[in-house]
Amino acid sequence: MQWDIVIGLEIHVQLATKTKIFSGSSTAYGAEPNTQANAVDLAMPGTLPVPNEQAFRYAVMFGLAVNSEIERRSVFERKNYFYPDLPKGYQTTQLERPIVGPGYVDIDLANGESKRVRIHHAHLEEDAGKSLHEDFHGMTGVDLNRAGTPLIEVVTEPDMNSAEEAVAFAKKLHSIVTSLGICDGDMSQGSMRFDVNISLKPKGSDTLGTRTETKNLNSFRFMEQAIAHEVERQMDILEDGGVIEQETRLYNGDRDESRSMRTKEEANDYRYFPCPDLLPVEIDDTFIEDARSRLPELPDARKTRFKDQYGLNDYDAGLLSGDAKLASFFEEAASHGKDAKLTANWIQGEFSARLNAEEKTVADSPITGAQLGDMIIRISDNTISSAGAKKVFDALWTGENDNVDAIIDAKGLKQVSDTGALEKMVDEVLAGMPDQVAQFQNEEDPKKRKKMLGGFMGPLMKASKGQGNPKLFNEILLKKLEG
Amino acid sequence: MHNKSVAELSRELDSGKVSSVELTQDFLSRIKQEDSKYNSFITVTEEQALADARSADEQRAAGNATPWTGVPFAHKDIFCTNGVRTTCGSKMLENFVPPYDATVTENFRKAGAVSLGKTNMDEFAMGSSNESSHFGAVTNPWGLSKGEKRVPGGSSGGSAAAVAARLVPAATATDTGGSIRQPAALCGVTGLKPTYGRVSRYGMIAFASSLDQGGTMARTAEDNALMLNVMAGFDPKDSTSLDRAVPDYTATLNEPLKGLRIGLPKEYFSDQLSPAMEEQVRAAIREYEKLGATVKEVSLPNAKLAIAAYYVIAPAEASANLSRFDGVRYGYRCEEPKDLLDLYTRTRAEGFGTEVKRRILVGTYALSAGYFDAYYLKAQKVRRLIQQDFINAFKEVDVLMSPTSPSPAFIQGEKTNDPVTMYLEDIFTIAINLAGVPAMSVPAGFIDGLPVGLQIIGDYFSEARLLNAAHQFQQVTDWHQREPQ
Amino acid sequence: MTISREDIEKVAVLARIRVDEEQVSALEKDLGNILDLVDQLSAADTDSVEPMAHPLDAVQRLRADEVTETDQRAAFQAIAPATENGLYLVPRVIE
Repeated sequence: MQWDIVIGLEIHVQLATKTKIFSGSSTAYGAEPNTQANAVDLAMPGTLPVPNEQAFRYAVMFGLAVNSEIERRSVFERKNYFYPDLPKGYQTTQLERPIVGPGYVDIDLANGESKRVRIHHAHLEEDAGKSLHEDFHGMTGVDLNRAGTPLIEVVTEPDMNSAEEAVAFAKKLHSIVTSLGICDGDMSQGSMRFDVNISLKPKGSDTLGTRTETKNLNSFRFMEQAIAHEVERQMDILEDGGVIEQETRLYNGDRDESRSMRTKEEANDYRYFPCPDLLPVEIDDTFIEDARSRLPELPDARKTRFKDQYGLNDYDAGLLSGDAKLASFFEEAASHGKDAKLTANWIQGEFSARLNAEEKTVADSPITGAQLGDMIIRISDNTISSAGAKKVFDALWTGENDNVDAIIDAKGLKQVSDTGALEKMVDEVLAGMPDQVAQFQNEEDPKKRKKMLGGFMGPLMKASKGQGNPKLFNEILLKKLEG
Repeated sequence: MHNKSVAELSRELDSGKVSSVELTQDFLSRIKQEDSKYNSFITVTEEQALADARSADEQRAAGNATPWTGVPFAHKDIFCTNGVRTTCGSKMLENFVPPYDATVTENFRKAGAVSLGKTNMDEFAMGSSNESSHFGAVTNPWGLSKGEKRVPGGSSGGSAAAVAARLVPAATATDTGGSIRQPAALCGVTGLKPTYGRVSRYGMIAFASSLDQGGTMARTAEDNALMLNVMAGFDPKDSTSLDRAVPDYTATLNEPLKGLRIGLPKEYFSDQLSPAMEEQVRAAIREYEKLGATVKEVSLPNAKLAIAAYYVIAPAEASANLSRFDGVRYGYRCEEPKDLLDLYTRTRAEGFGTEVKRRILVGTYALSAGYFDAYYLKAQKVRRLIQQDFINAFKEVDVLMSPTSPSPAFIQGEKTNDPVTMYLEDIFTIAINLAGVPAMSVPAGFIDGLPVGLQIIGDYFSEARLLNAAHQFQQVTDWHQREPQ
Repeated sequence: MTISREDIEKVAVLARIRVDEEQVSALEKDLGNILDLVDQLSAADTDSVEPMAHPLDAVQRLRADEVTETDQRAAFQAIAPATENGLYLVPRVIE
C-alpha cells in the first residue's frame, strides 16, 4: 500500500534576552548550577512574575518575519503539572491568546520547487530547569538556572509530507531566528528543540491518521532520522493491520530507537487557566512599528539580493543566504575579493569542509572574510595558483600567519607569469620529449589530446619549480604544439 | 501605655516622654504574660525588636523620625520577613526562614516601625475562625471573662486578637474573602481591606492571587490611616499593583460627613439577618444620619451568588498557587520518600492541613477537564455581574453599609465539622473581594457582651473616604475603645 | 451535585496529595456539600457576559531587559531540604 506522510512541527526557540521572562536573573549559558535562579525563579513563597519587554519585542519581530498577525491583547495561562524542574508546579504559557497568530514560511526543496508551510501560532512561555540524572546516591539533581528562560513555541500546521520538507522547514526557521538575532541558534545547547507530529494516511485519502509526537529532537540529523524511523514504525504497524496509538515518543539518536513516553490515556490534565498574577499584555502600533524597524534583512530577501548583487545562481544564493553568519562572512569576503562566484566556491568548498572537519561554526572560524577576500584577489590576479591558494588558506587557518601576501612571499607561492620566461621553459621541455610531441600531433581524439597535454604539465611545473602559471603554460603549450 | 493608639504613641515618642526601647519592652512583657491565653503570636522576635527599638531611638534623636519610628506593631505571619521564620500558619512552612522581605515588611522597616513578631492565622489564610492554624487555634479576648473560648474570626485572627488584647497597637493583615474585616468585627477592632492593587502582594504568601489584598488592623480608624500611608503604593515587583498616587490618608479624616450618601444593600438586610445584629447596625447608621449623611436602599442583585463564585475562583487559584510546596526547594519534606510521586504526595498530605487540602482538591476539580466551563468560567462570568452591581450602586451612593458578619464570635469547634457553614461566615464580605473594591469593619456595638462590626464599602480607591467615615463615627462613639476584661 | 470516589481519587493524584480510604469518604461528603453550594452558579444568566479574571481593568507593565539579580544560591540552599554540589536533590527521576 502507498502512504502519504503528514508532518507538523512544534519548535521551542530560546530567546536571546539578557534576563529571564519573569525575573531579572541572567540567562547566560554555562553558569554553576542554581547560581542564576533567584527567588522568583525558585518559586519562593510570595514572589511574583514581572515580564521582560525584550521577550515581547523578539516575539513580535518573529511574528512579523513569518507574516503573522500580532495579537494586540495577549494573555498568559498557567499549565499545571508537577515536575522537579518546574518550581511553581505550573508553567506560565499562552493558550487562548498567543502573541503571534497564523502566518507562513516558504521553503525551498531540492527539486527546485518552493513550498509554503503555514504557522498555526507562536506563543511565549518560560523554559523549565534541568534534571541531571547522574547518580547522586540514587537521587536526581535539579539545576534551575534555565528555569524561566523565555521561549517562543512555534506550532506549524501539518503541511509537511517528508523528512526532507520537515528538515528544510526547520533549517529555514533556524535561519530566520538567527538572522533576526532573537535566538543564538545553538542547537547543542538546546537553543532550538523540535517536537515532530507524524501520521500516515492511505495515498490520496482526505482523512488524517492517528498521530504520534516525537519529542525534544535537538539536531537536524536526529530529526531526519527520527522521522524516517517513525514513518517506518507506523507503516509496519498499519501494513500488519494494526492501529497507531496516539502517544508521545522519545527518540534515541545514538541508537536509532524510539519508545513510548506516555499514551493519550495517561496524558496529563493540565488545568489551564488565566494566570492571576499577570495582566493582559497590550501590544500597540508603536510597539509593533518599533519592532518592525528593528527587523534585519531576512533570508528570502537576502537570497534575492545575492542573486542580483553578486550574480550568484539560485543554488549558491540559497546556500549562502540561509545562515546569517555565513551570509555576512560571504559578503565580507566578496566585497574584498571582488570575484563573488569564486568566493562562493571557496566558502562552499574548502571553508565548509574545514569547519565540518573540526566541528566548528562560522562564528568560530579562525579566518576572517576579509582574509579570504585577500586570497581571492591573489587568485584572480594570477599571483597564485589554486594549489598555491590551498597552501595560503592552510596557513591562515592554522594561524601560522594572518597576512595573505606575507604567506605568499614566505612560502614562495608567487607564480611566474612572465610569458617570455615561460615560453623558454616550454621550448626546453618539448625539445626533451620529441616522441610525446609527435604522438600528440598524430592524435585526433580531442579527449585523448587533452589528456596527453596534461603529460607535459608535470615536467613544466618541475622546470618552473612549481611557480609557473599553469594557465599560461597551457596556452603556450597549445600554441607550440598545434603550431 | 498599652491602651494608647499608634498616633498617641507616636506623639509620646516625639515628645520624649517614652523611648521606643521602653515601649517595646512594655509590649513584649505583655505578650509574654498574656498571650498564653490567646495564642495570637506564632513567633515573637524579642531580640530583633529591641535592636530595632534602639536604632529607632537613635533615629528620633537624630531628627530622622517618621510617625512610625519606634512604634511597636506585628505582622501577620503571611508576610515574608528576611531572617525571621514565616509559617503562613502551616506545618509546610514550620521552619521556613525567608532570605527576603515582603514589600510591606520592607516598607514598615524603612518607616522605622518595630515589629514584635508574627501573628497567628488560619493555615494559608484559609478559614474564618483561626482554627485551621498548625500552631493552634487563637482565642478571642472577648468572652474569656465568662470562661468561654470563642473564635477571633479568620484568617487574620492572630492580628485581631493581639490588637484587641492590647498586645500591639496595630498589626498587618490580609483579606481574600473577609479575612481582615470579619476578625476585626469579632474582636472589636477596626480593619481595612484596601482596593485590589493598592498594596503590593510581593512577599505576601499567595492564597488566591486575584482576591488577596494586604491591609490594616488597629483600634482606631486614624491608626489604620497611618498604616495605609506606609503600605499603599505601586511596587515594580508586583505586576498587579497600581501606579497611582497615594494620598496622605490622615489628611482627610476630619472632613465633615454632611451630605454623605449611604446605600444599604437590601440583599444584606434580608430576613436571614438576626434582629439583634440588624438593630446594632441600624443604630450605627442612625449615628451617621446625625452626622449629616443620607441613607437609601440599593440593590446588589447578584450578591447572593458571591459565595458560590468565590468557592470556585479562590480554590482554583489556590490549587495552582500551592503547587510550589512540593518538598524540593524549601519547607516540609516527608521522611525517606521512596520515589518522586511519594515525595510529592506524602509531603503535601503531611504538610497541609485538612481545610487547605479540601480547597486544593475543590480547585483542582473545578479546573479539570470537563468541569472548567461549568465551574471556573461560569464563576468568572458571575464575578463580572457582581462587579457590575457595585459599579451601579456607586453611581447612586458614596458608600455602602452592612453588618460585617452574620453573628458575633462563636464558640471554638462549633463550625469546624461543616465547611459550608463556616464559609457562610463571609456572606457579607466576600463579594467585595470579587469586585476588588475597598471595605472596612468598624466596631459598632455589642450583642451579649460580644463586639459586632459595621462594614463600610467604598468605590475603587476610596480608602480616604472610608477612613474619614470611620473616623467621624469614632468621634461620636466609643465602641472601638472598649477593652475586653 | 455529587462527586464520586473515583473523581476524588483522580483529583488527588492531579494535586499530588495522598488520601487514604477514610479521607476519601470524608471528602466525598465535604466536597459534595461544597459543590452543592457552588451549583447555585448554574442559576445565573451569564449569556454574553465576559469572564472576569482580574478586579481591575489594567494592562501589564513590562520590565526592561536588565540583569538585576545576583547569585544568592548559598542563602536559598541553606533552607533547602536536600542539596549537593549546588543541585537540589529529588528521588531518581525516570524519563
